[in-house]
Amino acid sequence: MSRIHVNTTVNGDAVDYLCEAEDTLLDVLRDTLDLTGSKEGCASGDCGACSVLVDGRLVCSCLVLGAEAEGRTVETIEGMAEGDTLHPLQKNFINKAALQCGICTPGILVAAKNLLEKNPDPSEEEVRYWLAGNLCRCTGYDKIIRAVLDTAAEMRGAA
Amino acid sequence: MAKDEFQTREFKVVGTRVPRPDGLDKVTGRARYGADMSAPGMLHGYCLRSPHAHARIVSIDTSAAEAMSGVKAVVTRADFTVTPEDQGTRDILDNVMADKKALYDGHTVAAVAATSRSAGMKALKAIKVEYEVLPHVIDVDEAMKPGAPELHEGRSQESVPEGYSQNVLARSQYGHGDIDAGFAKADVIIERSFTTAATHQGYIEPHACLATMGNDNQGDLFCCTQGHFLVRSTCAEIMGMESGRLRVTSSEIGGGFGGKTTVFLEPVALMLSKKSGKPVKMTMSRDEVLRASGPTASTSIDIKIGATKDGRITGAWGDFRYQSGAFYAMNGALGAMCGFAPYDLENLKTVGWEVVTNRPKAAAYRAPGAPMAAFAVESVMDELASSIGMDPIDFRLMNGAEEGTKSAYGPTYPAIGLKATLEAAKAHPHWSAPLGENQGRGVGCGFWFNFGGNTSVSLMINPDGTVSLSEGNPDIGGSRASMSMMAAEELGIPYRQVRTIIADTASLGENDVTDGSRVTFAVGLATIKAARHAIETMKARAAKTWGIDADAVEWVDGAAQPAGPNAGKFPPLTLKEIAATMSNTGGPISGHHEANAEGAGVSFGTHICDTEVDPETGAVKILRYTVFQDAGKAVHPDYVEGQLQGGAVQGIGWALNEEYVYGEDGTLQNPGFLDYRIPVASDLPMIEPVILEIPNPGHPYGVRGVGETGIVPPLATIANAVSRAADVRMTSLPMSPPKLLAAIKAK
Ligand code: FES
Ligand code: FES
Repeated sequence: MSRIHVNTTVNGDAVDYLCEAEDTLLDVLRDTLDLTGSKEGCASGDCGACSVLVDGRLVCSCLVLGAEAEGRTVETIEGMAEGDTLHPLQKNFINKAALQCGICTPGILVAAKNLLEKNPDPSEEEVRYWLAGNLCRCTGYDKIIRAVLDTAAEMRGAA
Repeated sequence: MAKDEFQTREFKVVGTRVPRPDGLDKVTGRARYGADMSAPGMLHGYCLRSPHAHARIVSIDTSAAEAMSGVKAVVTRADFTVTPEDQGTRDILDNVMADKKALYDGHTVAAVAATSRSAGMKALKAIKVEYEVLPHVIDVDEAMKPGAPELHEGRSQESVPEGYSQNVLARSQYGHGDIDAGFAKADVIIERSFTTAATHQGYIEPHACLATMGNDNQGDLFCCTQGHFLVRSTCAEIMGMESGRLRVTSSEIGGGFGGKTTVFLEPVALMLSKKSGKPVKMTMSRDEVLRASGPTASTSIDIKIGATKDGRITGAWGDFRYQSGAFYAMNGALGAMCGFAPYDLENLKTVGWEVVTNRPKAAAYRAPGAPMAAFAVESVMDELASSIGMDPIDFRLMNGAEEGTKSAYGPTYPAIGLKATLEAAKAHPHWSAPLGENQGRGVGCGFWFNFGGNTSVSLMINPDGTVSLSEGNPDIGGSRASMSMMAAEELGIPYRQVRTIIADTASLGENDVTDGSRVTFAVGLATIKAARHAIETMKARAAKTWGIDADAVEWVDGAAQPAGPNAGKFPPLTLKEIAATMSNTGGPISGHHEANAEGAGVSFGTHICDTEVDPETGAVKILRYTVFQDAGKAVHPDYVEGQLQGGAVQGIGWALNEEYVYGEDGTLQNPGFLDYRIPVASDLPMIEPVILEIPNPGHPYGVRGVGETGIVPPLATIANAVSRAADVRMTSLPMSPPKLLAAIKAK
């Protein structure tokens, strides 16, 4: 079976890869590009552990085909920190104990960053609904929601 | 034993909220979980699973699959030629690879290793299995009846009386006093029957492993597990190899909650690797996780409690029937032990039943067996309090267990925190806050034993004065942080000076599984003792340097100093200074501790919940939720709170949504997160955690395990809240909208 040659941009870098027609973007990220920060919790769009941005839009990478990334820009958790400087969300997730096992964390951080870019001053309810597609089984969400709200306030203060 | 460990002290590190050492890896995507590891030349392994709930395997033909391009190995039960001695391990083998019968929908019957996923999938399709479909049974009460389809033969223990099917594997009984006399003294008696559905632990990380095994019978395994030492011994037994020849390394673990305290893929991956001569990686899909890894038991429970008009319980009885899937599990017994554990009862009898059905083998789920029992008992407690016109917290306080109470499961309690949690709940503003229309408030208590167990810890003093700590229990929710904190506390050095890692099975002595809420207690205890061991050596080195007796040296704030004016006048020698010169004073310094830890203090919690019921749809909204739990001593309060919050929310899912739904044909109808719906952020309010600290006499810092108790009270708490909001007693979980609506309509 011949494979598809894809040219795309991942975390700011030009990347090309070969994938099979049925490979999802998540498969490509994890297995071909070694970007294992995006997680597979369900492969059906129900858990959000695989959340990435494609052209700035929050998607489940398990529901996008690898071939569809042609000519687009993809952002994953691996691109969230700038060098050794963590994004304020990343810092606050550590400092405010917003993770326990951490498997949901990459997806939640990608989704939360996208929220704060669109809405720098979300209400608790807006954060809860925005993150409703990201399952966390450990925390009960409480400390996650607080970390996102606190980060939003901090970033507004700094701006 | 070990009751006198606790000593009051001023803490410097313990009790603070420091950043966890694995935080950076986990917020940047660098942390390596089970599925994140690869090896050169690695194959991908896949399981072929039974589509039937119960079927005899007439034949399996793998020849076509074996002949396919890219397929490097196919295994069936015929490849597992060793019969483990222990019945429990034989059950595990029968569960990971079906023998003569497939016992549930999703039971593995064969597996392949191939060079790609597409080759593996094609190979699975090419395996021909001939099944003879047998009648099946899913419901616990049905499974117990004579004449029910039977899964096994000759497995029922002697404790099972005549008149039941062979699916009833065991019966156990607890209690004391005379319940007939007790009920005779009661003014009010309430008797009810309850059912709870099977639920899944629902960890977001599916099971995954990478196995390398050669024909020299040496192997390496990397996997997500709650206990890599147990994985080692179980796999070695199944593979017929000595356990020292198998090294198991635990990955970061993406949730377990008890579900990763056994093996599923690991022996299969090892066998595929052995047969193919190549590393084999296996990962479950979510469908496989739900169909074939451990859910919890579903239950059917009867409870009867009698009390006097002034609120004193005179007699209590409970019958706890638990189905644990296709194999034995001790679940009903735990329910029978835990349900009444919060109370001081004169006359009590409980019976627990272990029943098998055509469902996946139940695995532990956070305080296994206890939440369902608490649901039943605490529901009747609530009704009883109402019927005698008493406040439900006062009723519980009046009958609550305390130090000296003979527990429902036998032993007499030392200092415990049940009443403290009830008092705290009563005094909390939540308890007296006003409620609106269609709203109701519930309260419930819960108990868990907690556990100690086999533990090994090594603590190395490095030449530059930093400290490396090796422990052998996978870190599920911040335990590397809490171990570093306890080591720093004991050594009298800053937290940042200690780094804790999880050692593989070849690098440290035996460690029991991360279960029973044992890690902060038992590994913490071993960490403190390992630090004390190192301190003894450092004191001896200082004594040697000063030319005085080792007994004349004491350890204060991270330094050795003469114990008094008579010992001599020397400036203190810090840990750093002792480390810098250790090669001249006798060589490397380390401390270690190995023990089967005892003295894990039992744990109690009380929850309060407000719900609003929509009378038009039967939908329930959780408005407010407060958790009160005794932590003994909270080492890292953030992560203690996280355990209380996470447990409560899993309980909310169990109470309201989560349920294994089976079709007529015995196949699971909802094996995915869309239809098996766990709580999402928008379903919930903030969960307020209130930590109480009643020191555990069995731990130097007073620590009790906190991981499991948090899931025990919610089922009852929410049921009590919903029953009050809807003014109809709910006795079946989950309280899904259609079920609640039907109950409201039938009022
Ligand atoms: S893996 Fe993509 S949503 Fe779950
Ligand atoms: S921290 Fe474990 S799933 Fe979210």
